[in-house]
Amino acid sequence: MMDILNIFLSDSFWAASLRIATPLIFGVLGALLCERAGVLNLGIEGIFVVGAMTGWMAVWLGANLWGGIIIAAMAGGLFGLFHAILTVIFGLSQHVSGLGITLFASSAASFTYRTALPQVSSPPRIEPFRALDIPILSDLPFIGPVLFQQTAMTWLALFLVAVVWWVMEKTALGVAIKAVGDNPEAVNAQGLSVVKLRMGSVIAGSALMALGGAFLTMSAFDAFFFGMVNGRGWICIALVIFASWQPGKALMGALLFGMFDALQVRLQTEAGAFIPGQVFLMAPYVLSIIALVIVARKADYPRALLTPWFKGQR
Amino acid sequence: MFLNKLTRRCMLAGVAVAATLGTAGLAAADAIKVAAIYTLPVEQQWISRIHKALNAADARGDIEYTFSENVANTDYERVMREYAEGGQKLIVGEVFGLERAARKVAADYGDTAFLMGSSFGPSGDNFSVFDNWIHEPSYLSGMVAGTATTSNLIGMVGGFAIPEVNRLMNAFMEGARATNPDVKFLVNFIDSWYDPPKAKESAFAMMDAGADIMYAERFGVSDAAVERGVKAIGNVIDTSADYPNTILSSAIWHMEPTIDRAIAAVAGGTFEAADYGQYSFMGYGGGSLVVDSALVSADAVAKVAQIEADIRGGLFRVNVNDARPVSDNK
Repeated sequence: MMDILNIFLSDSFWAASLRIATPLIFGVLGALLCERAGVLNLGIEGIFVVGAMTGWMAVWLGANLWGGIIIAAMAGGLFGLFHAILTVIFGLSQHVSGLGITLFASSAASFTYRTALPQVSSPPRIEPFRALDIPILSDLPFIGPVLFQQTAMTWLALFLVAVVWWVMEKTALGVAIKAVGDNPEAVNAQGLSVVKLRMGSVIAGSALMALGGAFLTMSAFDAFFFGMVNGRGWICIALVIFASWQPGKALMGALLFGMFDALQVRLQTEAGAFIPGQVFLMAPYVLSIIALVIVARKADYPRALLTPWFKGQR
Repeated sequence: MFLNKLTRRCMLAGVAVAATLGTAGLAAADAIKVAAIYTLPVEQQWISRIHKALNAADARGDIEYTFSENVANTDYERVMREYAEGGQKLIVGEVFGLERAARKVAADYGDTAFLMGSSFGPSGDNFSVFDNWIHEPSYLSGMVAGTATTSNLIGMVGGFAIPEVNRLMNAFMEGARATNPDVKFLVNFIDSWYDPPKAKESAFAMMDAGADIMYAERFGVSDAAVERGVKAIGNVIDTSADYPNTILSSAIWHMEPTIDRAIAAVAGGTFEAADYGQYSFMGYGGGSLVVDSALVSADAVAKVAQIEADIRGGLFRVNVNDARPVSDNK
């Protein structure tokens, strides 16, 4: 018990939680934006892979790190556009289209990687984002290591939480996006374009998802490899329900998962001799399901989620 | 997933064959057709060693090499059959995820030789096995780590706790204990072959707990060590150039002795089901140790050299222990 208490009191544990949570923050914000507009985007896992590959490759080819971020976001947006055309314009099944996007996007990313690098002995590396070292702030006890020794991408993720919250809660655009996910007919009656709002949300949301992938290859690590997204996209799909489609709670959910994972690593090391390691490895997922069950019972789904809208159809 | 048939190489080979058909056509015809099937991309450490040995044989003109990478275990049998039907004489790969099924496939193609990475033994007339039996250099790298640690705490991050991983970790731990009886270990598995961000988090947690040497079984661990200025021990491949001033020592796997023997057996028509595991031992040149003498004390280097000579001379045998290693509790 003392050991667990010590873990919670250590700054490195909280720093790790925030680090692990960062890609999820991007992903869950992206999923939130899509779903608020009424479109489920199961392409998220593949879009993570695309973001991870394109961002890294842009830098590897000579772009600077922020250039890589922009390329990753654009690549993600492109797959978002594809998903939006299929689901918003053609009104096809959002589940099927999303899963198709995931399969297509991850394979396309792997194919591009291999075509560009047919003969490499180990994954080529880039110079990734380094932890910011802000004078004075980084040296503060506890807060310093947890908040001020993260990379710029973690700060970007936190900043984007605020941006998405502001857009959703304080702007007319946010009201329109939420309305289009609840009652597209009413939005249409207001003279707004349901199609444009939905497509824009899906594209922007997908761009955010791609940043989650880019974090893995440009900040958490410095190389791309097949399969390294490893289910992180799917976690975001669960987290967005946990968050009841609210940016603040989305941040909390991502942090909670990051905390569970940081805890599992430490507990496995401590108690691996008595309890099989797999128990710890699955713990974050099990705990997330439990949290989901508790919270999601009251979940207020966007009412028109999964429902395609066609002009003039009643 | 997707197949890479090395189109470029095939085209080049085709052009070369066409150009020299009149004169040296016979030499090309003598090359044995070899196919490899990998469940992960060729950059992955373990696979890269096999790929390298086969590429070398291809460059010598002994074989005509083709491969499929990133093949899912569920799709593996189909690819095996496709290559066998396509007239490949030797099929190399890894069947850890389909031990029984792969042996059945081999039984259906008696004219094809199979040389597969496996946790179990040879089977039938044509199914041989190999594995990265580099427990000997792993033991030696453990000796280096044991002398180098000052906190007496070594962190180890592994992929999956399967025999071929456990064996090397256990040998490493035994080597470390041989030079430093007070040493303790922190052990963790990430249950993935490639998730560097996750491996890094495990490594950070161990270094926070006081580990001052990291055993880098997976990509990501050495990166975490570099960030904290901690030393690391490499495994299977030599990564010292990527992590300057960090890798004390590495246990290296060489697949050439295994591959070259199998190719010779196929060429001579003498291939049979056998366990090629021993060809990864140091005595056959299948395993070796790299020590960075700039980072390791001369005394330790001498001690390691002594045991290495004993291993090669048959005077010292490193224990084989396939059990899952666990942390020492303080």
